[in-house]
Amino acid sequence: MLGRLTWDAIPFDQPIPLVTSAVVLIIIFSVLVLITVKGWVPYLWREWITSVDHKRIGVMYVLLGLVMLLRGFADAIMMRSQQALAIGDSQGYLPPDHYDQIFSAHGSIMIFFVAMPFVIGMMNFVVPLQLGVRDVAFPVLNSVSFWLTASGALLINVSLFIGNFARTGWMNYPPLSELAFSPDVGVDYYLWSLQISGVGTLMAGINMVTTILKLRAPGMIYFRMPVFCWTALASNMLIIAAFPVLTATFVMLLLDRYVGMHFFTNDGGGSAMMYVNLFWVWGHPEVYILVLPAFGIYSEVAATFSGKPLFGYRSMVLATLGICVLSFMVWLHHFFTMGAGADVNAFFGIMSMIIAVPTGVKVFNWLFTMFHGRVVFKPPILWMIGFMVTFVIGGMTGVLLAVPPVDFIVHNSTFLVAHFHNVIIGGVVFAIMAGYNYWFPKAFGFTLHEGLGKASFWCWFVGFYLAFMPLYMLGLMGMTRRLQHIPDPSWRPLLLVAELGAVVIFIGILCQIAQLVVSIRTRESRRDLTGDPWDGRTLEWATASPPPAYNFAVLPEVETIDAFWEMKQTGRRAAEPPYQDIEMPRNDPIGFITAFFAVVLGFAAIWHIWWIVILGFIAIVITALVFGWSENREQEISAEEVALMERARLDAGRTA
Amino acid sequence: MTTTTIIAEPGHGRLAHGRGADGPAPTRTVVAYGFWIFLLSDFVMFSGLFATYAVLSGHTAGGPTGRELFNLQNVFIETACLLFSSYTAGLGALSAERAEVGRFYIFSLFTFVLGAAFLFIEISEFAGMVAKGAGPSRSAFLSAFFTLVGMHGAHVTSGLLWFV
Amino acid sequence: MEGQHCPTSDTLRRRFWRSGLRRCAAFFAALPALGCTQGVLDPQGPVADAERLLLFNSVEIMLVVVVPVIVATLAFAWWYRSSNTRASRSPSWAYQGGVEFVTWSIPALVVILVGGVCWIGSHQLDPRAPLASDAKPLQVDVVSLDWKWLFIYPDQGIATVNQVVIPVGTPVNFHLTSATVMNSFFVPQLGSQIYTMAGMMTHVNLLATKPGDYQGFSANFSGDGFAEMRFIAKAVPASDFDGWVAKARGAGSALDDPGYAELTKPSKAVPPTTYRSVDPKLFERIVDQTALSPDKARAGNAWCPPAAPKGG
Repeated sequence: MLGRLTWDAIPFDQPIPLVTSAVVLIIIFSVLVLITVKGWVPYLWREWITSVDHKRIGVMYVLLGLVMLLRGFADAIMMRSQQALAIGDSQGYLPPDHYDQIFSAHGSIMIFFVAMPFVIGMMNFVVPLQLGVRDVAFPVLNSVSFWLTASGALLINVSLFIGNFARTGWMNYPPLSELAFSPDVGVDYYLWSLQISGVGTLMAGINMVTTILKLRAPGMIYFRMPVFCWTALASNMLIIAAFPVLTATFVMLLLDRYVGMHFFTNDGGGSAMMYVNLFWVWGHPEVYILVLPAFGIYSEVAATFSGKPLFGYRSMVLATLGICVLSFMVWLHHFFTMGAGADVNAFFGIMSMIIAVPTGVKVFNWLFTMFHGRVVFKPPILWMIGFMVTFVIGGMTGVLLAVPPVDFIVHNSTFLVAHFHNVIIGGVVFAIMAGYNYWFPKAFGFTLHEGLGKASFWCWFVGFYLAFMPLYMLGLMGMTRRLQHIPDPSWRPLLLVAELGAVVIFIGILCQIAQLVVSIRTRESRRDLTGDPWDGRTLEWATASPPPAYNFAVLPEVETIDAFWEMKQTGRRAAEPPYQDIEMPRNDPIGFITAFFAVVLGFAAIWHIWWIVILGFIAIVITALVFGWSENREQEISAEEVALMERARLDAGRTA
Repeated sequence: MTTTTIIAEPGHGRLAHGRGADGPAPTRTVVAYGFWIFLLSDFVMFSGLFATYAVLSGHTAGGPTGRELFNLQNVFIETACLLFSSYTAGLGALSAERAEVGRFYIFSLFTFVLGAAFLFIEISEFAGMVAKGAGPSRSAFLSAFFTLVGMHGAHVTSGLLWFV
Repeated sequence: MEGQHCPTSDTLRRRFWRSGLRRCAAFFAALPALGCTQGVLDPQGPVADAERLLLFNSVEIMLVVVVPVIVATLAFAWWYRSSNTRASRSPSWAYQGGVEFVTWSIPALVVILVGGVCWIGSHQLDPRAPLASDAKPLQVDVVSLDWKWLFIYPDQGIATVNQVVIPVGTPVNFHLTSATVMNSFFVPQLGSQIYTMAGMMTHVNLLATKPGDYQGFSANFSGDGFAEMRFIAKAVPASDFDGWVAKARGAGSALDDPGYAELTKPSKAVPPTTYRSVDPKLFERIVDQTALSPDKARAGNAWCPPAAPKGG
């Protein structure tokens, strides 16, 4: 009846997951009760859950990322403390089977449910505004994408209290991830949650590419698009080109585990090497999917807070597209030690280094954007400066790792771990924080508290170096990654420094939470009434904060790069424009409903409850058909309503 | 800070035209474009399966090889069915554009029948192979074969269902 | 008002950087001393030595660019801050051909240089490349199990677990496979690691120049017992090696089929053991995946053929 799901699935005998699950469930339950009692459910359903507005969906993505950051970071603190304690004779407090789940969950959550939602959320919110249009190409699909990603996040968290998570590392290599070596539900949780959210991500990619290529304000040729939109284009093209490979790979591993096929098994002629290749054909473009929009955010921040246009626009575009293409030609550098031979290894090594060229160009162009500018030290540019210092170190160690013989002595050591955290935290996370501080006023109508923003930056910056520089040294000293127990007591000082770093970063996160709370409390004193708190250059600053549902009452006519800056300089102000009726898509529950059935299907598949799997699949198909046949999907905002809203905004702006 | 209502005064003259600069494209264009991009992504997924098949084609684990299993006559008939069905589907699309309802239904029917014939032959081939002990769990080669061809068959099936 | 009671943000920033930098410099200057006596920074063989040299050379080449970039970032940000009245501003300067040429050239030149290092180094340090030495190479077959290492000496007819004894100054040709999941054979002080994979055979040549006990472990996560999957690579003077082989032949049990089957059962932190004899075909059968059962139908096809010895 219930497949292999029994009461044993709940970890009654393991205090840490049991207590954590209990606490989390209590929090969720309390929040739900609070929302219901306060009568917020209709508002939330109408304005957020069924919203197809790219701005709302973008905010929800970022919120998902923030919540999952807390979960992933909890895993990190647990790992650091285990490694600081379990040295020599001590076994620490996490037995191997538990520790193995924690580092696997840490990696999977951080990449798929923190970094990806942050980046996709920012692109979702900002790109249509920067392009001067009303929404993305497929708003309802946008909602479905978000909710599928949230489903994946939910499933991965369910593994904490029903069953267990994978113990294979976030890459989930076979044969360890095959049935013979991982017979329990852990790997299935991994595969289904990532497969479901992967579908969501792929749809988001299709949506965004279509938007950028087909929906732009009048006059916005490609070379007048903001650089963030170029990087969003490149990143989403990578999503379309890379995610299907991951989908296919996971399908094959699922077939191995569910139907007894032999793609990657040890017996029957399977080839684990094939998985490694396929995984990294997706895996390397994935990191560029994350870092390219991050570079775009830095470009926007550099220009705005230096009071100068971005230096070398065309080079930046060329470099972005170059990185996009090159990212598909380097995947083997993730497994130089597999023994492919000198020619193959050297080729991929050189290709990996070539990517450093456009990246280096970008760094120089940001430098020259600040040069002869007027740099204002608000939090976003602090994050950018921190990034520039940190990322070049990470890039340097990356080029080091790209030399195969050097890789042979540091592969899979904590040197590697330090490198990728260096570039992901220094590159992607810092960009998210910069973008968060930068676009928060646009999304919510008030700025964030600046002092706490700067404090959080310094904590993250110092904490990062404390946490990861020791790992570079430990890697050279012979410490490999994923160790539940540390053999050499002389490594203790460095491990303690690393733990301290994690704590300092935690303080930074607390500062950010405090920043949010304080900012909300004191929002009236920090209202953004003009829509342009930073004296921005791009079109998103041309609307109200927060923008009305239709973004722009009349689509702007674009004549240059930095369209809004040009409009401000030339003082293009007109008599009230001729307002017209605007058609916007209606809200639609299909995203939420599809996601609901996806969670049901995923959970049932994991536990082998076949009848629910079939029902869930049929339900999804029916939902899609119902949507496909529905007629009344748009609503009209009359010209009078638009006029009222615009006049109210202008009045508020004038009294500012 | 002055607020600016953003609209161009007529006659500025630097507005670009063409190359996507005429403002947002109409919905029909956008939907078609999005579908093409989805097709590209599907293409990538099949490439992954093809690459795996290519690599694993020699991994027969002592079991039957392709040469022993594949019936080229059936392959020829299946290929012909699908190629002709592409033709009739194209004719159906043209009829739809010209709003010729009757012709559209006829060409759709032909497409459906050809696709169904393809599936019938393919499924009976699969059943035969499984009966012979050459099912997908016999070897990596057969896993790759069944998955690649089966995924294609699943797409054909979805197409038939969509016709209905 | 600003300069009198409360320090400006500029002053604060300056103070922080100076004090913070000084403290950090002292702290981090002390730590590397820890690293130089262990791991890959303490090579005990020509492979590890060459790899460490490559590491240093590559870092030095790149620091030439990285350090100025970091300095320039901090300098530009600070000098061009809005409160600095002495800085000159060019609010619309967004392009200059000469600058663009330089910004593309510098990374390109660095990459060409490091790329050359990469090509040459990859070929010289190909794991399968024979090592220059007068001594005749020793063959050792390596099998990664859950969670221990089996070493088979085919020419000597003995085997060991979690300890590999090698003669100093002799190139050792390791042929590796896995009886279980993917692992990575790594002795940092001897150099290059290499993956071990079931159904396949990988190959790495290493050499120890000094006697000593060198830490070895698996560098690819393989399950619950992974952290305990450590072994010792013991380099002994060449004259002592034969004596050790003779002693091993005289003690310990034989590694027969039941003995091997016992070994394949999961166990952790296995103390070093020697076997007085071993089936000469055992390694081949492990690679073929027929070591536990004679059923050839279950065998996987070897994807990588055994590496052909490279000339020169």
